[in-house]
Amino acid sequence: MRIALFVTCLADTMFPEAAKATVRLLERLGHEVVFPEGQTCCGQMHVNTGYLDEALPLVRRHVRTFDPYDVVVAPSGSCVGSVRHQHAMVARRAGDERLASQAEAVSARTYELSELLTDVLGIEDVGAYYPHRVTYHPTCHSLRMLRVGDRPLRLLRRVRGLTLVELPAAEQCCGFGGTFAVKNADTSTAMMADKMRHVLATGADVCTAGDVSCLMHIGGGLSRLRAGVSTVHLAEILASTEAS
Amino acid sequence: MNSRHRVLGRIRAALGDRAAAPAEVPRDYRPAGAEVELDLLVHRLTDYRATVHRCTDGQVAQVVEAILGGRRVVVPPGLPRHWLPATVAAVTDENLTTEQIAACDGVVTAVAVAIAETGTVVLDAAPDQGRRVITLLPDVHVCVLRTDQVVAGVPDALDQLDPRRPQTWISGPSATSDIELNRVEGVHGPRNLHVVIVPRGDLPPGA
Amino acid sequence: MTSTFLGMPATAPRGVGHLRGDQPFPAAARRSLADPQLRRNLRHATTTIRAKSAAVIAEAPDWQQLRDAGAAIKADVMSRLPELLEQLEAAVTRAGGTVHWAADAVEANRIVTELVAGTGSDRVIKVKSMATQEIGLNEALEAAGITPVETDLAELIVQLGDDRPSHILVPAIHRNRAEIREIFLRAMPGVDPALTDDPAALAAAARRYLRQTFLHTPVAISGANFAVAETGTLAVVESEGNGRMCLTLPDTLITVMGIEKVVPTWRDLEVFLQLLPRASTGERMNPYTSMWTGVTPGDGPQQVHLVLLDNGRSAVLADEVGRQVLHCIRCSACLNVCPVYERTGGHAYGSVYPGPIGAVLSPQLTGVADNASLPFASSLCGACFDACPVMINIPELLVHLRAEHVTDRRRPTAESIAMAAAAYTMDHPALYAAAQRAARLGKVVGRRGRGLPPPLSGWTVSRDLPQPPPQTFREWWAEL
Repeated sequence: MRIALFVTCLADTMFPEAAKATVRLLERLGHEVVFPEGQTCCGQMHVNTGYLDEALPLVRRHVRTFDPYDVVVAPSGSCVGSVRHQHAMVARRAGDERLASQAEAVSARTYELSELLTDVLGIEDVGAYYPHRVTYHPTCHSLRMLRVGDRPLRLLRRVRGLTLVELPAAEQCCGFGGTFAVKNADTSTAMMADKMRHVLATGADVCTAGDVSCLMHIGGGLSRLRAGVSTVHLAEILASTEAS
Repeated sequence: MNSRHRVLGRIRAALGDRAAAPAEVPRDYRPAGAEVELDLLVHRLTDYRATVHRCTDGQVAQVVEAILGGRRVVVPPGLPRHWLPATVAAVTDENLTTEQIAACDGVVTAVAVAIAETGTVVLDAAPDQGRRVITLLPDVHVCVLRTDQVVAGVPDALDQLDPRRPQTWISGPSATSDIELNRVEGVHGPRNLHVVIVPRGDLPPGA
Repeated sequence: MTSTFLGMPATAPRGVGHLRGDQPFPAAARRSLADPQLRRNLRHATTTIRAKSAAVIAEAPDWQQLRDAGAAIKADVMSRLPELLEQLEAAVTRAGGTVHWAADAVEANRIVTELVAGTGSDRVIKVKSMATQEIGLNEALEAAGITPVETDLAELIVQLGDDRPSHILVPAIHRNRAEIREIFLRAMPGVDPALTDDPAALAAAARRYLRQTFLHTPVAISGANFAVAETGTLAVVESEGNGRMCLTLPDTLITVMGIEKVVPTWRDLEVFLQLLPRASTGERMNPYTSMWTGVTPGDGPQQVHLVLLDNGRSAVLADEVGRQVLHCIRCSACLNVCPVYERTGGHAYGSVYPGPIGAVLSPQLTGVADNASLPFASSLCGACFDACPVMINIPELLVHLRAEHVTDRRRPTAESIAMAAAAYTMDHPALYAAAQRAARLGKVVGRRGRGLPPPLSGWTVSRDLPQPPPQTFREWWAEL
């Protein structure tokens, strides 16, 4: 299958390993990955901060860039959530009904990584090997906007060598929320502190998730604590093999 | 321009000129008419700290005696008198003052309907249930329920009730969740709720 | 002034009521976050209620169908509000009640104060009501020499503690049993000095304290959870029996109700009486629900008044996206699941409506400018939307109101300039790639963000910045 990678601006710039792992994983599974060059950012930060007019050209660019592809994947629940639940709304608000229906068409072909693997490609055992104690944070937008449910857990359970430990209060937000973390830094920090406490309570050496943004937030806090727990994107775990 | 016109005018302006017809509401939830499970009612009443007694109509007086024997009881004018044992001092509510009612230890009434799923008894101020105040001030409320008055769920109950009558829906004794969101029984209403369940048709005709 | 002008939807007036806080959310939140006792009380209470509510919702196999019906009924109500209110008015009047209309808090307070004064009583008993808190009725009554006595246990705790409510359902949620005991010992006349902090003992103390007041006060004021247009029936849902006392014992009953509380038919109650208790207190049914239709001769209040309150609601109705906030049945489920509320508590929101629903209701009632920080007081985690029994899309409303705030602001700000610049950059891939390279140079800032200007420095107070990688993904891809 020919799959277009929507890398997301944050993974592209700050966490390329998650994106590279997505490519390695899909190629290992026998698929062709293409990277449409015109892509930049889905505009989620602008929309969620109230800058819907500013987001319009980004929506237009995203739709134009990914319109030619049958299957699009992103290693980010929240960016897929934005494509699925915000792009058409931004277009409609600007009175561009044509763009709105194009956005809906693109969003129907856009998948978060665990959705692509389990629903489209129909696999749970991706042949990965990852000898670590891992806990999974479900991230709000994967959980509640996309309803990915236990798809990531099903994938993780099939990874050889991996010990999966349950995260207490897993469904609570880590406190990132984009510009929320800046505008309400104190509240965000209080939420993060509880999330870190729960991560540490699991005794895991790796905390994983399907969103680099939440991992950046949790990882930033764990790093400050020198807790010895690392944050690793789901794609990196699934891309790991005994050879790597 | 008075406030009525102003408020209605504002709302009409807010909605624009479109006159909406009543919308079709999807009612795919469980409808009225499900089978009644008496055991469920008993479980739900007990779960919310009501005390349940099951007996024949002829044994109600004994149950009331065990709960309120020797004490002062207010009763509605239409209460079947054979529910009252000789040992209670019964006062019929014929325009009693609130002080007179508050001076009673208990109250005995019938009910209009009971809901199994939620453990609720509903009073609608019929002559065998009386004015709302009599079931409010005494600390012990004994209500007598026939099994044919039990319905399965909330939709059944609303079906049978007349909105023009004042209603009190009661699910367990007075309670509060205001301290640390834990349920504690016993605030302003009766702190003891007894539900006496008698078989249908056990009631003498015309009672 | 033309009648068209008078008929324009208006927001709630300033200077009366409790819809506006005195500082923005982030500043108010900082104060609450620094109070470890408050944090513990909130965590304990919200964790308890979440578990209770989840258990009884799991018992209802048709929960989603009930939510669908509830949302549809409320949407229908909003689209037919004028005719339903007129129908309600006619039905209440036919049943012997009197209906009053109040365009705003000032009018509502005047109407209620005059009605109480007309009875000659200098004291009223009150059932907990969000509408009367919203309009500041207690202050208006006190100014007229009338003493309002709050009879709900949590409201009583707040009133005796000279405190402010912090939750829709449990206004004293921020207090634990030990603190409540102290308040009672300090402020409750005639309290037993040996009072313990056992919740049952505290409840019994309130019972003793209020008993004579209930028996001897001739006027009560309530809100209403529902009003049925076709029958004129009003409903109050409660637990303690204080509601029954107020709705039964006095000769005069005055009910203040937001215009959005009307439902079309008696049958519609079958939906809301299933949704509300399970979502709210986590019970299959709350201990007491009272319903009355006008006056019943010889039973209960013989003077029955209903005050229909606008106070900004018509302005909310004018916003086709925003109006769904008027579907709210005040269950407070969204507060109980909100990770922000759990940590900041209700006072941080300023308004009497705290939590996620408050963050989208208060700014709409007052106009966004008067509560501009509230739509941003959320991480958009979406837990509130899942919990809402009438499926109000609170995250969507938050974003909608953020956009309104951004659009309303006339002058550019540092943020709006940065956002515009970022959007421009991201719409030009060459500039975007250049910015990525610049971010790498930004490594000089260091992981602790030394030298970053506020508000970006807020991030690095508690978190390290990630190290920019030596190569972006697109650089790596280009080399493949």
